[in-house]
Amino acid sequence: MVFLADFSVIKPEPGLLIWTTIIFGLFWFLMSKFAFKPIGQALKQRELDIQSALDEAKKARQEMSELQAENEKLLAQAREERSAILKEAKEAKEEIISEAKERAGAEYRRKVESAIQDIENQKQAALVALKNQSGQMAVEIAEKLLRRELANKSEQEAYAKSLAESINLN
Amino acid sequence: MTGIRKYWIALIFIGLGTVIFAQDHDHQGAQQSVEQTGHPANAETNAHDDTSSGACGHPIVEKEGEFNAGETAVHHIADANAIHVVGDIYLPLPCFLYAPSQGWTITTTSAFHPHHHGNGEIAKDGYVLVHGSIQRVKDPGFPKGEVSVSEPTHDTKTVNGKEKDIYYVVADGKCYELDKKTTFDGGLMGGGVTSFYDYSITRNVFTMLLTCLLLFFVFRSAASAATRTQGHAPKGLQNFVEPFYTFIRDDVARPAIGPKYEKYMPYLLSAFFFILGLNLIGQIPFFPGSANVTGNISVTIVLAMLTFILMLASTKKHFWEHTLWMPGVPAALKILILTPVEILGLFLKPFTLLLRLFANITAGHIVILCFVGLIFIFGKAGTSVGGSIAGAAAAIPLSLFMMTLELLVAFLQAFIFVMLSATYIGMALEEPHGDHH
Repeated sequence: MVFLADFSVIKPEPGLLIWTTIIFGLFWFLMSKFAFKPIGQALKQRELDIQSALDEAKKARQEMSELQAENEKLLAQAREERSAILKEAKEAKEEIISEAKERAGAEYRRKVESAIQDIENQKQAALVALKNQSGQMAVEIAEKLLRRELANKSEQEAYAKSLAESINLN
Repeated sequence: MTGIRKYWIALIFIGLGTVIFAQDHDHQGAQQSVEQTGHPANAETNAHDDTSSGACGHPIVEKEGEFNAGETAVHHIADANAIHVVGDIYLPLPCFLYAPSQGWTITTTSAFHPHHHGNGEIAKDGYVLVHGSIQRVKDPGFPKGEVSVSEPTHDTKTVNGKEKDIYYVVADGKCYELDKKTTFDGGLMGGGVTSFYDYSITRNVFTMLLTCLLLFFVFRSAASAATRTQGHAPKGLQNFVEPFYTFIRDDVARPAIGPKYEKYMPYLLSAFFFILGLNLIGQIPFFPGSANVTGNISVTIVLAMLTFILMLASTKKHFWEHTLWMPGVPAALKILILTPVEILGLFLKPFTLLLRLFANITAGHIVILCFVGLIFIFGKAGTSVGGSIAGAAAAIPLSLFMMTLELLVAFLQAFIFVMLSATYIGMALEEPHGDHH
């Protein structure tokens, strides 16, 4: 009992009760106003910031992947287009070549034909000229022969021969 | 390597604390044996030999080398009007004393000339300092102003079937009985309303102020850093303070209270840091620590009452319905058992809250003090050096263990107090769910 009588911590004291109320009340008021409120707000703000940053990163990543997919699509499309163009070009080339060949062939044939025509024409002209010249010569020879006939027969023949020889067909 | 060094530092630190305690008591022991020759000295042990005769007129001889570990521990955990710094140095504190018969007396502890063991050499306006605590001379004829008084003596007296410690002082050859300060225990614990009230800044009040200031500056700097570095990574004190904040918010307030938790955050945080700060400061074994604030029932009463008021203020119809008239239970059962039990439970909540914190902290302090007391028990109060060394060898590891445990308890009790406060508030706020009845 002596022990308990001295055990003052278990006895509520008016002074300590009042002081604790005042000090804790002040502590509560000041801390909530000047410490907990700004800390709480800052924490909330930071949490929001972090969340929005994460969301943004997620969105950006998604956008990036979307962009990438689109790029790939575009690339594939371009590749397809390229091969199509190449194919077309090849076809055009072949067409051009064949057309050119055809045209060249036609030209060649036309040229050959015209050459043949020319040759024929020349030949006809030459023949006409030959006919004319040979006729004229025959007339000249006949004239000369007729003039010499009276003198000598053998001489006449030799003369005719020389005349014939002198005719150069060209 | 650094880990081991840390442990060594902790060990040395605790050892140092123990040695300071030891010096203090060696000193007191030595002084006491010198003083014993002149005055009747205090000795509770004497009461057994000399119970009926009283302290005055009968020279009381203290047994040489007696050391009462329990008494010392109880003395050390008590609140006091003077703060013992070291040796004979006492930090003076303001005293606001009120006696209905003589009005206010405002002074400081130094007016009582405290010397060893916290006893004052001077009585001022009838007030005397006994073991660091102010008492008042009962006799209204005691001279006012400053009067030189003897070392107080004490005796045990049976009043109304209860044993009471009564202190006496001798002034001008006359013996005066002293009155202790008023306490509101209704005489249950040996106190009660006496001739005066003590509203002084005591050791506990001083420690509370100091702790609150310290906490305020720590939090204020963290808060200003938090506002200043908005949008940047937190650093320094912020990183120390914010985890506590988020812990209380996410693990205490939100789960226990629910969506309305934000309104109660300031109270829960204030209570948590107030209790934690005082628990930790109280663990430091020398000035400015060592005050057993959260182990004093007056402090825990205030905190528990605030929780109780907050709880009552946030009650809803649903809560009272469940407390007073539980639906789905027969009326007779409600009147006879359930309602009385629920009402009792309502008041038991703050009571257990205040008792749990008080008992845990006080018990921890008593155990540590008893372990330190081993040095004096083994050393026969400073007369046997070998015994003291043996006692210290036992006391240091035991105190180290206990202090580590107390460190855990400091956090745990602060957490439990806040957790239960939040739970009670959450219960009061509860809305009908319609799923459990």
